[in-house]
Amino acid sequence: MKPRTKRFLFVLLALCCVGAASALIGKAMKGNLAYLHTPEEVLAGVVPTGQVFRLGGLVKEGSLERSATELEARFIVRDNRNHEITVVTKKILPDLFSEGKSQVSRGKMGDDGLFYADEVLAKHDAEYMPKELSDTLNKEHAPAKGSSKDTSKKGTY
Amino acid sequence: MKINWFKYSAPMSFYPLAGKLIPLFWIAAIVFILGGLYWGFFKTADVLNDQKQYYRIIYVHVSSAWMAMWLYVVMVFWAMLGLIFNTRLSYMLASATAITGTVMTIIALATGAIWGKTSWGTYWDWDPKLTTFLILLFVYIGYIALQSAIDDVRRSDKASALLALVGLALVPIIYYAVNCPDPTECASLHQESSLKRVESNILIGMLVTTIGFWMYCFATTLMRARIIVLERERSTTWVSNLPEIKDSEVEIKS
Repeated sequence: MKPRTKRFLFVLLALCCVGAASALIGKAMKGNLAYLHTPEEVLAGVVPTGQVFRLGGLVKEGSLERSATELEARFIVRDNRNHEITVVTKKILPDLFSEGKSQVSRGKMGDDGLFYADEVLAKHDAEYMPKELSDTLNKEHAPAKGSSKDTSKKGTY
Repeated sequence: MKINWFKYSAPMSFYPLAGKLIPLFWIAAIVFILGGLYWGFFKTADVLNDQKQYYRIIYVHVSSAWMAMWLYVVMVFWAMLGLIFNTRLSYMLASATAITGTVMTIIALATGAIWGKTSWGTYWDWDPKLTTFLILLFVYIGYIALQSAIDDVRRSDKASALLALVGLALVPIIYYAVNCPDPTECASLHQESSLKRVESNILIGMLVTTIGFWMYCFATTLMRARIIVLERERSTTWVSNLPEIKDSEVEIKS
């Protein structure tokens, strides 16, 4: 065997190992990497009490309430199987935060069953669609429902 | 017709060829980047269905992020050629690519942070996509550091080439971090890549800017490769016979 062929086989072997490593890490990354927990997991008791974690899910339509006197907001986070958790936060909500959209908040469950968030982040749509265009599309496809297109759709979180 | 692929693997013939190509790549880079950004800033919608004007950072963010990952693959390609064929120029191109790749990674992280603050509400979060991309930056820096830590050029080339090869595992993971078949399995803050769902006008801006970034990467990589050639081949006669080297020596003497 020529030394060049040997080196070629060595590099090929290394590439295979790298590919295998990548596939294994990718497989391990399923299970969310514990980046966030869904309301369903939290209600099932997956998260130990008193631990800080991220709660992911959609903001339930019509659930956002702001306190009249202080900077406090409450909203309900739900998942696709309608498990719900109420989130309480005193932080400023980001620009993209809105009802029917995904959010990720970080905090702890309180003894009263409410989730106290130190940070609330909004996720954006993976759809890059101009507002005017998406409004027209909504009118054409769902004239009865009006503009609330998110209620019928399953969101990702 | 048999093409002699090895002809341009000699630094002596690569050096003048690169010198001729660099201005062409610069012109293409300027034309495509300005064109893409013009299209993106003035010819696309002001408001998306959830984001406002700030979404326009996408043209720089996506282009640089793609280039950061692509240049890593290119770097590994040169490193592998170097390992197999023991060609000096392959290693030189690998190390020239690494610097441009690092720059692209930093641009992608910085624009991502600015975009994240305005839309998500935070500059940084330890989300799978963001974290793996930060590791990509560290691998680039590790490659450059390892190469400059070993004095012997041949050994430093080989060692850093192996490091680059191992780091290749990261590229599919960065992609996979947000693009698994079942979206609930890899929940993250960063949205998935969704070229199909991007409006075509915005997509044109993105793709044209990306071509511009690519041309910029070609130009800077070749420029850096030429400098590395001069540095490593400085004791050869062809380098000392180069007009630019001769002239500068005359200047120093006089």
